[in-house]
Amino acid sequence: MSQDMKEKLENYRTAPFDARFPNQNQTRNCWQNYLDFHRCQKALIAKGTDVTPCDWYLRVYKSLCPVSWVGYLCILCSLMINRKQDQQTQT
Amino acid sequence: MAHPSQLGFQDAASPVMEELLHFHDHTLMIVFLISTLVLYIIVAMVSTKLTNKYVLDSQEIEIVWTVLPAVILILIALPSLRILYLMDEINDPHLTIKAMGHQWYWSYEYTDYENLGFDSYMIPTQDLTPGQFRLLETDHRMVVPMESPIRVLVSAEDVLHAWAVPALGIKMDAVPGRLNQTAFITSRPGVYYGQCSEICGANHSFMPIVVEAVPLEHFENWSSLMLEES
Repeated sequence: MSQDMKEKLENYRTAPFDARFPNQNQTRNCWQNYLDFHRCQKALIAKGTDVTPCDWYLRVYKSLCPVSWVGYLCILCSLMINRKQDQQTQT
Repeated sequence: MAHPSQLGFQDAASPVMEELLHFHDHTLMIVFLISTLVLYIIVAMVSTKLTNKYVLDSQEIEIVWTVLPAVILILIALPSLRILYLMDEINDPHLTIKAMGHQWYWSYEYTDYENLGFDSYMIPTQDLTPGQFRLLETDHRMVVPMESPIRVLVSAEDVLHAWAVPALGIKMDAVPGRLNQTAFITSRPGVYYGQCSEICGANHSFMPIVVEAVPLEHFENWSSLMLEES
């Protein structure tokens, strides 16, 4: 994974302004990042490559989406899956 | 916070609320001036014995009382639009907090780093300690770092609610299934109170909001403590 992406994730504070969703209603922002994370994971796992780029979408949807919409379990799952994939690609 | 016999707004705790306050003062002054003028004219017309039956029209006065109101409206519209665009500016938040409305309490979620979430119930009147405010205090406050741009995403889990904090100039509807975004910066540390602003059932009046703005280190200590407790 590129150094830029690592730095971006390390310096993550909160979901930045997204020009695709400039207005008051951020429902779609949450939905889009949630979707992008799962699609990214599916695609990169199928390819067998490092899934860390998907972490960005994970952090953003975790920041934006209410827990009851997503579920703690789902967030924990995603974090665990990502860490497992990281370990697998490293070994 | 609000106090008895209060006539004006609460002291502003955010730059946007300061602007709104000043705009309100400006507009209200115009309204008072016009009302005083009209009242004066009414009293003058009613209390005179003189009559004038021969003036039919006058171009000059018609021009004056058309142009002058237009100018006054422009003097109101320009600051109003300025604030409208100011409130809409793109800001780069440091923190995102989700405020979820329930019947009849608010819950706050801080999920940027860890999964911190807690409920905020009103303290019943019989459980208040001396010095606390009736119908405004809560068991857990929404603590935020001062002088940092904060994004608040407001939603609801059951019926319509509204998240309002007058001192910060914020009121945002909490709609189930929708995520409404608002943002604020607190100019100074302090405790700011608000109340649910959309009728939501029997205890609509008893689900207040308390925002506590503290220095960053205090915020970090508080969030560690809250994580340990949960």
